[in-house]
Amino acid sequence: MNIIVLGLNHKTASVEVREKIAFSGTKLEEGLMHFSSISQIKETAILSTCNRVEVYFVVDKDNADEAIEKIQDVISIVHNIEKSLFLQHLYNHRNKKAVKHIFRVASSLDSMIVGEPQILGQLKDAFDLSLKKKTTGVILNKLITHAIYTAKRVRTETKIAENAVSISFAAVEMAKKIFISLTEKRVMLIGAGEMAELAARHLINNGVSNVIVANRTFERGCELANLFNGKVVKFEDFQRELVNVDIVICSTGASSYIINKEQMHKIMKERKNKPVFIIDISVPRNVAPDINDIDNVYLYDVDDLQDVVYSNINNRKKEAEKAENIVSEEVESFINWIDSLQVTPTVIALKKKAEEIRDDEFQRFKNKYPNLNEDTLKAIHYMGTAIINKLIHPPIIALKEHGNESTQIVEFTKKLYDL
Amino acid sequence: MIFSLPYIVFGLYTIALLISIVSIYKDSSKIKNSIIYFLICAFALHSGSIISRFFILGTIPITNMYESSSFFAWSVMVIFFYLYYRYRVTILALFILPIMSLLMFVAIMSPNEIHPLSPLLNSFWLVFHTTFAFVGNSAFAVSAGIGVMYLIQERYLKRKRKGDFFNKLPSVQILDEINYKLITLGFPLITLAIITGALWAESAFGTYWRWDPKETWSLFTWLIYALILHLRIIGNWRGKKAAILSILGFLSVLFTYYGVNFLMESYHSFK
Repeated sequence: MNIIVLGLNHKTASVEVREKIAFSGTKLEEGLMHFSSISQIKETAILSTCNRVEVYFVVDKDNADEAIEKIQDVISIVHNIEKSLFLQHLYNHRNKKAVKHIFRVASSLDSMIVGEPQILGQLKDAFDLSLKKKTTGVILNKLITHAIYTAKRVRTETKIAENAVSISFAAVEMAKKIFISLTEKRVMLIGAGEMAELAARHLINNGVSNVIVANRTFERGCELANLFNGKVVKFEDFQRELVNVDIVICSTGASSYIINKEQMHKIMKERKNKPVFIIDISVPRNVAPDINDIDNVYLYDVDDLQDVVYSNINNRKKEAEKAENIVSEEVESFINWIDSLQVTPTVIALKKKAEEIRDDEFQRFKNKYPNLNEDTLKAIHYMGTAIINKLIHPPIIALKEHGNESTQIVEFTKKLYDL
Repeated sequence: MIFSLPYIVFGLYTIALLISIVSIYKDSSKIKNSIIYFLICAFALHSGSIISRFFILGTIPITNMYESSSFFAWSVMVIFFYLYYRYRVTILALFILPIMSLLMFVAIMSPNEIHPLSPLLNSFWLVFHTTFAFVGNSAFAVSAGIGVMYLIQERYLKRKRKGDFFNKLPSVQILDEINYKLITLGFPLITLAIITGALWAESAFGTYWRWDPKETWSLFTWLIYALILHLRIIGNWRGKKAAILSILGFLSVLFTYYGVNFLMESYHSFK
């Protein structure tokens, strides 16, 4: 029996290829039904996200290559695409490697942004669908639940998902270390660019409730303010508003500084030195950099935030090493389970056979010598048990130790003992 | 038993300090919890030693260097536990425990025999004066620790580099707020301590104020904190400046307490 992963991801295929063979919408169900109707395939599931398309399946050992061939055919038919267009991008992993691959995918170690949390949810959805369609069985069910468990372990035992890895998240991270809490805080957008909008959205998701927009074109300002349920002020008035807001996101196209140190000193006096966080994402910069020297003013430009992101990414890499260890541990534990699955029935049959022989012989012996007392009979039964245990002990050990590597031992044992 | 307790208490506080140093580099909830467990044990034994002393002495045990240092440390812990309960900031232990260990070290290094208090001093002013003084000074001690935390976090934010403590320290605004709250707690208490001290001096020696070094330095400390509050309310000195002032203020507290005792002649010295 083989567990196989067949698929492609952001490392092996460009987005042009990925989007062509993505199982989105109704195609997902269609593909799943097609795969499960392939005669060699015992269990199957599909994981299809923006960054990867993977088919997980279980086949008998001898049928692996045939099954892979057939899956490729189905992909080509379902997506109406030449096989040659995607074949070179496909990878396939078998057994231990496949298990490791799935665990790494679930733990977000194989993601484009290592540590991003969405993949786990996507895996759960994929699993739910295949459960609903009954395309998975004992092995894939256990495999996927174990992958989810591993991902949770990685998330709680390492800090892989802790630090922000985008500029706007980094801004939120810093804001949390400046202010008591972000709720009730007021944010002002000076300029209404896309980046400013994104940063504002992240702040709002983290509790910021009040939005003020100051934009040169008043209409665009209104649009953005409406989007956030905020209020719009004339661009010329932004300095006056600086007295009341806590976070400022600056992204105008101005070619010179729109706030200088002297003005900021005045503003801080009016603010009674309440802390203010200024995010200047405009290039060229709009806020004089020396404003950062003023107490209680925290000024970050794009490069500053990018530096925070880089240091976070480095931290994630360190944490990823810990995560790889956890994955290896869990892979071992899963492989042990799979192995026991193949060996256990043989071991049980062997034990049962030996016990039957003992019981039969004991019965015959008792009939032959009816005058023996209870104690003697007990002693003889005990001796019989000891002999069969000694006899079947070596084959059981051999099965448990090597039965997993080669099914030959399992087959031989069955033949030798006529199981 | 009563005499060996302070050593155990000192030991437990020091172990908690060492664990909090380890926690800088190894971050886990197990380590964090163990700091708190050690502190709870230490605090329970510490309370026991103070209470038993109270019953033996028949009054609040702040009559010599051992007792007062120990009581000082104990009230610092009360404030620590309150802040921990309110804000769940375990890293605070790292900044408070050096002061704790210092206070407990001075305590165990001082003779701790029980001497009956001279009848001259045994008045009901004793309880008020000492309690106000030590709880007030404890608030200042913790505010200095918070001040150091503020300066570290502010430096990270200004330099845009996340250092070892960045994730463990709370926001600068919250540190500034706690710092201010502690000073507004401590200031009225030491004001009352000075007033009740003067009344006590009057009833014991017949004069309110004798410009004794302890009195002079207490007044100096009081003026520093009055200045901190004044600058904050009128001049909006918050944040970094307030944090630095709170550390300077506590140095003055330490000098008033230990410096005057060990370096100067004063009728107020703890023996």
